[in-house]
Amino acid sequence: MDLTLKIWRQKNATSKGKFVTYKVNGISPNSSFLEMMDILNESLVVKGEDPVAFDHDCREGICGACSMYINGRPHGPDKAITTCQLHMRRFKDGDTIVIEPWRARPFPVLKDLIVDRTAFDKIIQAGGYISVNTGGIPDANAIPIPRANAELSMDAAACIGCGACVAACKNASAMLFVSAKVSQFERLPEGKPEAAERGQATVAEIDRLGFGN
Amino acid sequence: MTELNSKIPKGQLAEKWTNYKAHTNLVNPANKRRLDVIVVGTGLAGASAAASLAELGFKVKNFCYQDSPRRAHSIAAQGGINAAKNYQNDGDSVYRLFYDTIKGGDYRAREANVYRLAEVSNAIIDQCVAQGVPFAREYGGLLDNRSFGGAQVSRTFYARGQTGQQLLLGAYSALSRQVKKGNVELYTRHEMLDVVLVEGRARGIIVRDMVTGAIERYAAHAVVLATGGYGNVFFLSTNAMGSNATAIWKAFKRGAFFGNPSFTQIHPTCIPVHGDFQSKLTLMSESLRNDGRIWVPKNKEDAEKIRQGKLQPTQIKEEDRDYYLERRYPAFGNLVPRDVASRAAKERCDAGYGVGDTGLAVYLDFSDAINRLGKNVIEARYGNLFQMYEKIVDENPYETPMMIYPAVHYTMGGLWVDYELMTTIPGLYAIGEANFSDHGANRLGASALMQGLADGYFVLPYTIQNYLSDQIRVPKFSTDLPEFKQTEEEAADRLRKLMEVKGKQTVDSFHKRLGHIMWEYVGMGRNEAGLKKAIVEIAKLREEFWKDVKITGGMNEINPELEKAGRVADFLELGELMARDALIRNESCGGHFREEYQTPEGEALRDDQNLMYVAAWEFTGDNTEPRLNKEALDYEFVEVKQRNYK
Repeated sequence: MDLTLKIWRQKNATSKGKFVTYKVNGISPNSSFLEMMDILNESLVVKGEDPVAFDHDCREGICGACSMYINGRPHGPDKAITTCQLHMRRFKDGDTIVIEPWRARPFPVLKDLIVDRTAFDKIIQAGGYISVNTGGIPDANAIPIPRANAELSMDAAACIGCGACVAACKNASAMLFVSAKVSQFERLPEGKPEAAERGQATVAEIDRLGFGN
Repeated sequence: MTELNSKIPKGQLAEKWTNYKAHTNLVNPANKRRLDVIVVGTGLAGASAAASLAELGFKVKNFCYQDSPRRAHSIAAQGGINAAKNYQNDGDSVYRLFYDTIKGGDYRAREANVYRLAEVSNAIIDQCVAQGVPFAREYGGLLDNRSFGGAQVSRTFYARGQTGQQLLLGAYSALSRQVKKGNVELYTRHEMLDVVLVEGRARGIIVRDMVTGAIERYAAHAVVLATGGYGNVFFLSTNAMGSNATAIWKAFKRGAFFGNPSFTQIHPTCIPVHGDFQSKLTLMSESLRNDGRIWVPKNKEDAEKIRQGKLQPTQIKEEDRDYYLERRYPAFGNLVPRDVASRAAKERCDAGYGVGDTGLAVYLDFSDAINRLGKNVIEARYGNLFQMYEKIVDENPYETPMMIYPAVHYTMGGLWVDYELMTTIPGLYAIGEANFSDHGANRLGASALMQGLADGYFVLPYTIQNYLSDQIRVPKFSTDLPEFKQTEEEAADRLRKLMEVKGKQTVDSFHKRLGHIMWEYVGMGRNEAGLKKAIVEIAKLREEFWKDVKITGGMNEINPELEKAGRVADFLELGELMARDALIRNESCGGHFREEYQTPEGEALRDDQNLMYVAAWEFTGDNTEPRLNKEALDYEFVEVKQRNYK
C-alpha cells in the first residue's frame, strides 16, 4: 500500500507545531499502524531527519501508552482497540491519513505525538484506591461476592488509562476515566467503606487539573 | 572463584522462612523515616515493593521509563497467578506448589527460595482481593480457578485474560496512595543509566530525564532493581518495546554477579511471525491450552497443501491430525510445561509438518471445546484473546483453528541474589524477573506474577530491614560525593560517544541483526559450534555498532533513537554472556536445550553430577572474559529425578 501521512510535528512543549506531509510506499496490509510508523521513522533516520516521536510500549493493546488521533478519532476507525492493534488492512491503497496527538489542556504536548498524561496518575493519587496496607488480610474467600457484581466490577476495571475518552470529548472531560475507577470499587464490598469519599476526592481533582465536564 | 553465600536459613524446609522472620533485625519506626530506598521499576515487583516499604515508613523514590507506573509490562500478563489455596479441594498444598515449581524448573532453582515463594502465595491472593482486584468468581461468590501447564491441580486465579493488568493496577493503587501521603516520590519518564557505589555499597543511581535529557543523581541507603527481564535481546519477543537490560547490566558491570544468563523461556503459544517489518510478538495466554488442542497434519502432503493455501485445516479429518502433545505426553497432554511444548512444536515444524505460509506454525484448535461447552462459555473464558488474535491475524478463531508458534517470553536468568534478595553488591537488591532466583531453568505458567508480588509485598520488606538496621546511623547521602560525580560523568560520556559515532546504520537494524544471531544460535536449540559462532559474531557486530550507528536528534530532548541505542549497546554485551553461559552448560535442562544432550526420545538430558549449580558470572573488564563462579544446589528435601510428563 502507498499512503500519504499528514503528521503533527512539534519540537517540544513550548514550540509551535505544524502538520508535515510524508509518503510511505509498499506497506503490507498485515502490518500494524505502529509498524507502519516504524517504517516511516526508519526511513527518516536514514535520511538524517528527526523521526516522529510517539508513545508506545506493549503493542498488545493493554498498557495504554499509544495515543494517536487518527483521521479525527482517538486510536483510529475501529472500536474498542488501541492504535497498536489497528492494522493497515483497515485503510485503502492511496489513502491520506491525518495523525495528531491527543488534544486536551490537561494533556500538554511534549513532542510530536507524545503528550503528558500525569494528570491521570494525579486523579488516582487523589483517592482512586482502597486504603489497605500490605499484610494482615483475612482469607480471600471470607467475603463471597456475587458473580454478577464481580463481572461488572471487572468491566469497569478493564480501563487501560490511555486518555482516549478525554481526547474524544470536546470538553476534555475525564468523567469516564474517573467513573470506571469509582464503579470498579463501588461494586465490591471491599470498596464500599470509602465509596463516597473516593467519588468526591477524584472529581475534585479532575476539576483542579482543568479537565472539562 | 568467589565463595557465594546464599544465606539460606538452617532448619526444616517449612520452618526456614518463619525462623528467618523471627530472628531477623528490624528497624524501629522512628528510624525508618530517616532511611531512603530507591526502587527502580514499577511493575508488579517494583510497585508492590515501593508501596510496602513506604507503608512501613521508609522514604522511597520510585523510577520508571514509562509515562506512568501503571504501564510497566506486568500489565500485559494474561492468564493468571498461582497460589496454594486448595480452594478446589483437589489435593493442592504449599508443598505441592513448591514441588511443581522445583520440578518445572528442572531442578536448577534453590529449594529454600522456592518453598518461601509457595508459602507466601496465599497471602498474595488475600492482599489483591482486599485491594479490589476483581478476580473471576463462581456463582456462589467464591473465587474461581483454572489449570496451567506443569500442574495437575487448578490453582490459578485470574481476572479474564487480563490478570497482570488487574494485579498491577492493585499494586499501582497502593503505590498511588503512598505518593499522596508523601512517602513515595515518583519519577516517570526517567531511565536508570548506572548504579553508584560508595565504599563498596550501593548508594544511589544515575538517571536520564527522558523529557529534558538531563542526567541526574539520586542517593539512598539501599537500591532495589525491579527492572524486569531481558528477552528483548532477541529483538522479537513478547516483551514491551521499551523493556531492557540496562539497569541490571550496569549493576553487573559494577560487581553484581549475573545468574544463569542463558536460561530463557520460549513460550509455546504466540502468534507466528508474519514479516520483516514486524516489531514484536504477541502472546496468546497459556490458559488457552486448558481448552485448545494442539495439532499438525499427520501427513506431510497435507501440511504442504496447507502451506500453499490449497487446503484448509477444517478439511483435515480427525484421523489425519496428529495431536502430538497428547500422543507424546498422555498424562499432561496439552498442559505440559512451556519448554516441553515449545520444543515439541519446533520438532514437528522442523520435520516438515508445520502450517501457515511460513511452515513455522501449529494449530491450537477449540472446535472440541466449543462443541462440548458451547461458544458462549469459550467466549466468556477467552473472548478478549480471541478478539486480539482476530485483529492481528484477520481470521476468526471460533471458526478456524488458531495458529501459534513459540516466541521468547521470559528470562529465568538475572542478577544473582541470596536468600535476602541482595546481589553481590551490599545494599543492592534485585526482585521479580530481574533476579535469577525462583524458576530454575524453566518457569511454570502463572508463576511470574506470583514471584513479582511475593518479592515486593512479602519478602523484600522483611529482608531489606536486616541490612538497613545496620544503616540507621548513616546520615543521608549527598549526591555531591565524588563517586556520584564520577559515575554521572561516565554515563554522560557513554551517551556522548554514541551520538558522536555518526555512522550510517540505524539502531533498529543492529538490534534486528543481534536478534537473528541470538535466535539462530542461542534460541530454542543450541549446540557448541553455534554458540562459539555466536560469541564471535556478536563481538563483531558490537564493534560495527560503535563504528557505524546513526542516531538523529540531540541529547537534551526527547530522543527515542538515543534511548534505543543505549539499550541495544547493552544487549550487544549481554548477548555474548548468554552464549558463554549456554556454552559451559554441557547439558539440557528446562528451556536450555543443547542438541548434543538429549535422551533417545528427544527429551532434555541433565548432568546432575557436574552441572547442578547456579552459574554466577562476574564482570572482570571490558576486554577480558567474565569469570564463572558456582553456587552448588543442594537438594535436601526433594528427590532429584528426570522430569516426566508422560
